[in-house]
Amino acid sequence: MLGFLLRRIAATIPVLLMVAVFVFLMLRLTPGDPAAIIAGDNATPQQIVEIRERLGLEEPLHVQFAIWGGNLLRGDLGQSYFFRQPVTSLIAQRIEPTFSLAAVTIVITVLVAVPLGTLAAYRHGSWLDKFVMGFSVAGFSVPVFVVGYILIYVFAVELRWLPVQGFVSIREGFWPFMERMIMPATALAVIYIALIARMTRASVLEVLGEDYVRTARAKGQGEFKVLVNHALRNAAVPIVTVIGVGIALLIGGVVVTESVFNIPGLGRLTVNAVLARDYPTIQGVILLFSFLYVLINLLIDIAYLFLDPRIRY
Amino acid sequence: MERPRILEVERLAVELPKAADRVHAVEDVSLHVDSGEIVCVVGESGSGKSVTAYSVMGLLPPGQLTPVAGSIRLEGEELLGAKPRRLRELRGDRMAMVFQEPMTALNPVVRCGDQIDEVLRLHTRLDRKERHARILDILAQVHLPDPKRIAAAFPHQLSGGQRQRIMIAMALVLEPALLICDEPTTALDVTTQAQILRLVRELQEAHGTGVLFITHDFGVVAEIAHRVVVMEKGRIVESGTTEAILTRPQEPYTRMLIDAVPTLEPRPPLERGGTKVLSTERLEKTYQTGGFFRRGTAVHAVKGVDLRVDAGEIVGIVGESGSGKSTVARCIARLIEPTGGIVRLKDADLAQLKGRALRRHRRRVQIIFQDPYRSLNPRRTIGASLIEGPINYGETAEAAMAKARELLGFVGVDPNAIDRYPHQFSGGQRQRICIARALILEPELLIADEAVSALDVSVQAQVLRLLETIRERLGLAVLFITHDLRVAAQVCDRILVMRSGEVVETGPTAEVFAAPKHPYTKELFDAAPGRSWQFAKLAS
Repeated sequence: MLGFLLRRIAATIPVLLMVAVFVFLMLRLTPGDPAAIIAGDNATPQQIVEIRERLGLEEPLHVQFAIWGGNLLRGDLGQSYFFRQPVTSLIAQRIEPTFSLAAVTIVITVLVAVPLGTLAAYRHGSWLDKFVMGFSVAGFSVPVFVVGYILIYVFAVELRWLPVQGFVSIREGFWPFMERMIMPATALAVIYIALIARMTRASVLEVLGEDYVRTARAKGQGEFKVLVNHALRNAAVPIVTVIGVGIALLIGGVVVTESVFNIPGLGRLTVNAVLARDYPTIQGVILLFSFLYVLINLLIDIAYLFLDPRIRY
Repeated sequence: MERPRILEVERLAVELPKAADRVHAVEDVSLHVDSGEIVCVVGESGSGKSVTAYSVMGLLPPGQLTPVAGSIRLEGEELLGAKPRRLRELRGDRMAMVFQEPMTALNPVVRCGDQIDEVLRLHTRLDRKERHARILDILAQVHLPDPKRIAAAFPHQLSGGQRQRIMIAMALVLEPALLICDEPTTALDVTTQAQILRLVRELQEAHGTGVLFITHDFGVVAEIAHRVVVMEKGRIVESGTTEAILTRPQEPYTRMLIDAVPTLEPRPPLERGGTKVLSTERLEKTYQTGGFFRRGTAVHAVKGVDLRVDAGEIVGIVGESGSGKSTVARCIARLIEPTGGIVRLKDADLAQLKGRALRRHRRRVQIIFQDPYRSLNPRRTIGASLIEGPINYGETAEAAMAKARELLGFVGVDPNAIDRYPHQFSGGQRQRICIARALILEPELLIADEAVSALDVSVQAQVLRLLETIRERLGLAVLFITHDLRVAAQVCDRILVMRSGEVVETGPTAEVFAAPKHPYTKELFDAAPGRSWQFAKLAS
């Protein structure tokens, strides 16, 4: 077990290294002076000279990579001349809203999609099953901003139950946090509910035909426990895989949602950075996202070990 | 002494869905099981024997099979129409069931001990410690070594026989009045089958359990039954004591089932000697596990096997699961790559061929697999499956189709059914189709890998006859892989007995059967079900 963890963590190193090399080369291979690109359009010549010295741009490429990598390991992602702040602190400021949104979305998704998919499989062919399948098609088809604006119109503008937009940290109380989080998270969750409910349905449906489900019934086990203890546990591996992939995709999905609901998170930071061609920030965000993808995959692999004793690496 | 009646089924009728080929899955079925008695229900697939068993348990698929008439009483209590809640209370407590496939009947992600514990938690108020003691006790009763370790093991860590013991432990832990066994040994090796049958009888005697035992094999009946109920097409055709049914069967159907049980009498040895088609020399297959970051271990699946098959000859490889017999077959068919040795097919050594060179030889060796339900693509018509091979080797679709029709006729399937899908055929028909698919490439060597093991004995006999005809008419060399000595006796001219990757005994079938030398071969003989009764029949 420990051996597996160490091997698995060791296996992430080459991946992270490749991302780092790619991000490093992104600037160096762009035509023009990297220092001028980093400094942005409004930089003074003085700033450009400083950047050139700091990055060692006169040195050969591998020395530059060593300097850059060394800074990276110390948590120094460089300076954004557009925002006039270190990239690290820029990301640190924006990380909380985005993670909050992602977390609430995932919680809603799992709480809704897994029971819904399981019931649809159990009542295969019933109206509930048809509703879930129909909802899945609809959920895939409607863009997140449409759902978002409909929610705002109904619950904020007409009913006035919830504030229109904005973000409040959870440190200032759970309710104020949830009040502003519930709509964007729901809007974002729709497509993931569609995806995961379908996946759950397919997976549970397959497992329900297995012999051990029949064995459980032959023992006199009740239907609820047959579903949860026997069917769902065995159906879990593909479901968890999709949830994991969903979390990874989610981070891309927050961009639009954050714009619709005016949430100051990483999504909007990315948009602004791209529009301003703020390379240090773009680099920082790419590195962060890649790290998250790798981390999520690691967590999924570890989850497999607990879900299925037959899986041993 | 009058024994208490455990189960009484009277005039049971179960309706099939509207589209089926008959109205009732079972009709007018009456039978009973008394305490301490084993009643075997015998019949072919589709005879309604399993439907009867599932009706008793209340486990028929809802909406598809519905009991419409009759009554089922367990210790005097009516089960048809009982509330689901009451049925759940009875299941696992007063009546329990052991299923056919031990490999899939246990939940793969729950420890074996916990699966038994589930029964105790559902039906008793014992505390944790008492339950644990009960689990270890029942595991010891089913003769599993080291109950503590077994209780903590997951199903995939155990063999098929061990898993079936777990199922039996789970069924008997609360000492139910009725135990239903649905072909519990069909998926097992003969020696394991013999052990499981002995175990069922031993525990049933010790606890006075009434057993309803479903099987298609009269060999098993002879081993275990007190009374026999024979079913055909949903109806009971005959019933009586085991002795009476086996010695004086009244119905032709019963007689057919009894005659289908292969005897241990070997076929007469083959006279004419054919030319050598296949030979292997020091064939080896070693599996290497492990990977990038860790040490590997080596598993020697096949260790230095020499064999030879001549034209017009059927050579059997007999052995149990894990003996390496299927690995030998797959190495010869080059579905896997041998790690050492020579596979000589007439003039060519196939062992290390790759890519195009191998592809040229592929059509010369064809294989028939064990499970006809899974070896045909369910989404293609059998015609499409049949002609795929010839088309790959450059024939036109029309020519291949004509050949496919001809071969279907040859193997005994209606050529007009060529546009149907596999699910429209029975298991025996599907295996015939698989044989046609192998023959259509005009191979020099045909490998039958447990090709009749998944079939009912009566169907088995027909398919064996077909193989015999193929050998005679086409003069093919046939390599016949089986775990069942009785089957090997029917068709093989020579046999090799394999164990742990090695050939332990080899010779003409008649010689090996007359005087088995290796203790393992003797063990296989003793395990053949119905053996003692076979001798009784020969004597009469």
